Amino acid sequence: MDFDLTNDQKMLQDEVRKFAQTELVPVAPEIDESGEFPWKNIKKMAELGLLGIIVPEEYGGAGFDYISLAIAIEEISRGCASTGVIVAVNNSLVSYPFLQFGNEEQKKKYLPLLCKGEKLGAFGLTEPNAGSDVVAMESTARLEGDHYILNGTKRFITNAGEAGIFVVFAYTNKELKHKGISTFIVERDTPGFSLGKHENLMGIRATANCELIFEDVKIPKENLLGKEGDGFKICMNTLDVSRIDIGAQGVGIAQSALDEAIKYSKERKAFGQPICNFEMMQSMLAEMATQIQAARFLVYYAGHCKNKGMTRFSKESAMSKYYAASIAVDVARKAVQIHGGYGYTRDYPVERIYRDAKILELYEGTSEIQKIVIARELVR
Amino acid sequence: MILHEKYLKFREKVRDFADKEVAPRAKELDIKGEFPWDLIKRMAELELLALYVPKEYGGAGLDVLSYAIAVDEIGRVCGSTGIFLAAHSSLGVYPIYVAGSEEQKQKYLIPLARGDKIGSFGLTESNAGSDAAGTQTIAKLVGDEYVINGSKRFITSGEVADIIIFTATKDPSMGYSGISAFIVEKGTPGFSAGKKEDKLGLRGSITSELIFEDCKIPKENLLGKEGEGFKVFMATLDGGRISIGALALGIAQGALDASVKFVKENKKSGKPLKKSQSIQSMIAEMATEIEAARLLIYQAAMLKDNDMPYTKEAAMGKYYASLIGMKATDIAITIHGMLGLTKEYPVERFMRDEKLMEIGEGTSEIQKIVIAREILGKR
Repeated sequence: MDFDLTNDQKMLQDEVRKFAQTELVPVAPEIDESGEFPWKNIKKMAELGLLGIIVPEEYGGAGFDYISLAIAIEEISRGCASTGVIVAVNNSLVSYPFLQFGNEEQKKKYLPLLCKGEKLGAFGLTEPNAGSDVVAMESTARLEGDHYILNGTKRFITNAGEAGIFVVFAYTNKELKHKGISTFIVERDTPGFSLGKHENLMGIRATANCELIFEDVKIPKENLLGKEGDGFKICMNTLDVSRIDIGAQGVGIAQSALDEAIKYSKERKAFGQPICNFEMMQSMLAEMATQIQAARFLVYYAGHCKNKGMTRFSKESAMSKYYAASIAVDVARKAVQIHGGYGYTRDYPVERIYRDAKILELYEGTSEIQKIVIARELVR
Repeated sequence: MILHEKYLKFREKVRDFADKEVAPRAKELDIKGEFPWDLIKRMAELELLALYVPKEYGGAGLDVLSYAIAVDEIGRVCGSTGIFLAAHSSLGVYPIYVAGSEEQKQKYLIPLARGDKIGSFGLTESNAGSDAAGTQTIAKLVGDEYVINGSKRFITSGEVADIIIFTATKDPSMGYSGISAFIVEKGTPGFSAGKKEDKLGLRGSITSELIFEDCKIPKENLLGKEGEGFKVFMATLDGGRISIGALALGIAQGALDASVKFVKENKKSGKPLKKSQSIQSMIAEMATEIEAARLLIYQAAMLKDNDMPYTKEAAMGKYYASLIGMKATDIAITIHGMLGLTKEYPVERFMRDEKLMEIGEGTSEIQKIVIAREILGKR
């Protein structure tokens, strides 16, 4: 593994950082407060190629590698955590399974829409009674002539309220358990498909997180992604990639907390000097910076494994997500702490960053699930 | 922890009130940012507002341990109501009780204890938080009056308080020795509330800025002697830390209670959550740490009740309870999964409420300095 970024990666980092700091940072507090979906910035990111980072140019993407994907998601999340996950979902939970498992027609039809931001993607896996336990899902799809009839409910779906293209998992044969799950492409305007409850979340409040309701939704047969029964494999393989992204989001959120903490500790005076002079503050800042760098390397390493074409890198990707989530929560907590009473108010960004961080330990597999994945690889 | 029968009975009474009357209000207080006037009235009726103040001054005539138990129990269901009680009793009532003259006690303590008036404590300023000697609010004696100029920030119950104890200095260059404590009443010309804070948690409590512009207060509103402000607020904070520790503890207990309920009622992969060893490990850690924190805080309260030094123990209790409280509320969300992040369950509120406990009435960093100083000596 090379610890230096390539020139292309450095240029991308530079460009995305500039964009995030000038365009995302100023609106982050507003969209947190209002819950407004940041369409304007999403359109701008589409122009920069950030909605299809790993998608080859022939399908409308930017054609970058997986470390570049992590770099971009980190910088976007550093500017705004809500925007970070919106983009991460479009890239790794939706574009990626199309790229990896879609047929040529599906790729040609959907990837350019996703990459250009004409339609945004969402990933419908979680259900009210099936979170970590995917096999417990209750959604079903039965084949009738040329269509599948989809029924069921999905919950906690990022982007759902604003997305146009949904990757949805359902049982085509319940008896086969995980081998009976299939993956479908569902378009927003399909009759019988509606949105349920919009979640009132603690953090990442601008992500249009909604319930999906499918009532006898007729899906054309050609919208099956992969083969019947491939669903579990597609979902696991996709999550391996998306966990790199969520790890990167964690690094970005943590980095933004550290940025704010450093700035504040230099400005704020107590006992006649800037508080950054106090060893107790320095100890926190040093821990934060070290944790972030360690997490960043775990994320890059998981990206590197994917770049090399390794088929199994579940452990590396789970480690990157687990660790980045855990340190992001801790780093955000310390950043609030360094700000004292001010950090508890909405006058400073750390209050929001702290709320945004907690989700990292929950979605795309809780930290407990990541540890099980890691341990399973260790003792297999 | 083994408690005497009389404390168990008292706890039962407060718990009953908390479960039946406070818990059902907690969610809307948080979401609407509503101040709990109705609950304050009920707490006054139950004599919870000045537990350790003798009956002659309108109090309940109990002790600090009872007070810690009450804050613990109310905090378990609602942080906002808990912080009101803690601020009113420890910061509004207490300084007058320890440092007030007989006239001041008669005039202010009785209505505060009875809940006819709301109390508050103005110490923190925009540029003087942990560093209280940095106070820039000026008190100038002119004839029979003090003329006050300056502002205070992050004052719990500030905007709604009727009786506010605050600190001001004769001359900022004098450091601690220039600071005195005063009492100001709501409605005094030149005294007003400024910005109301929009906070992460404790959203049902009011946190305001207080502004003094040539505010004249009578000389007899000096609390204690001139130049003794530092002594008054240090004593106030020592006691206050017991209550913030008890509140941190209560919120942590609430998080544990919610988690226990959740894992008993829910299944994963067809197996009850409570049978999962990862869940058991989390529950066991939370419960152990909460019990340890409770012992530290109740110990500090008992030392105070016995007139023994308790500065170190109060700092330890507050530091530790808020530390493990943050961890417990965080784990509680994790146990609830995505549901824990939504407003359908109380745990995300507990986490937001708990964070203040690491900051208010001396940050954790300050607590550690206090603890180390008590152990290592002042010089």
